[in-house]
Amino acid sequence: MTGRDLDPTLLRLLGSGEPEIGCDECFAQLDRYVELELAGAPADALVPGLRAHLVGCPACAEEHESLRALLELDSVS
Amino acid sequence: MSALIAAPTRLEEWHLDLHAQGARRDEAVAHLHGLLLRASRFEVFRRRDSVPQLSAVELDELAEEAADDAAISVLRRLDDFRGESSFRTWAYKFALLEASVKVRRSAWRDREVTLEPEHWESLAHAGPGPDDDAENAALLAAVRDGIRTALTPRQRQVLVAAVLDGVPIDVLADRLGSNRNALYKVLHDARRRLREHVAAAGFPEVSE
Repeated sequence: MTGRDLDPTLLRLLGSGEPEIGCDECFAQLDRYVELELAGAPADALVPGLRAHLVGCPACAEEHESLRALLELDSVS
Repeated sequence: MSALIAAPTRLEEWHLDLHAQGARRDEAVAHLHGLLLRASRFEVFRRRDSVPQLSAVELDELAEEAADDAAISVLRRLDDFRGESSFRTWAYKFALLEASVKVRRSAWRDREVTLEPEHWESLAHAGPGPDDDAENAALLAAVRDGIRTALTPRQRQVLVAAVLDGVPIDVLADRLGSNRNALYKVLHDARRRLREHVAAAGFPEVSE
């Protein structure tokens, strides 16, 4: 069993244990991160700690999903 | 929601006029607001099921307020834009933040947030089910013991509210007179302490 194999409730309580950035830094990097993702670039390597933060922070995860979805919509409009 | 119909098509250089004066700046600010309104309406529309008490008119008013607030933030922080993404993407995130925060606040406006909880006792009903083995039961017991003994009252309060009660971090920050970044740090530290406690109780794998 590793942290990643935990029941979802226990994982939310314990966190992944991986190094992560905070909410402010996540916001600062989010635009760059999403554009890297959509370009197929190694976003997690280029913006370390952001993916782990999204796993631990539902609010930032929502905003990440929305920015990505909005840019995808723009790309087909 | 008419602003969702058309994606922006103007060249990215328009944003340089936000630094200009007079009519050029006015036109750029109007264009900026249009982009922000597009994003805030997009976000409000995505999250509308979480605020069923709001009418279509109220939802659009909320999106307008979010766009207005985002415009203020963007104009105040223009010098923070480093060109690491397109300006449009950079501006969008301000509108999405404002809109998502407003939706979450509205969704929780009339909901009680218990800030002196013993709700973690409900953890007995989470996680492993009746068919799980003794190891899982022991892990659950270690987590519950950690919540009770290893955390500070503030850490316990934030962890239980944010994780077990599902209170959004920015709503919780409002109720506690804090801010999202500071409160997430409390949550992060609580999780680290809890992992250390659980690892010391015989589950080192949770810290791997």
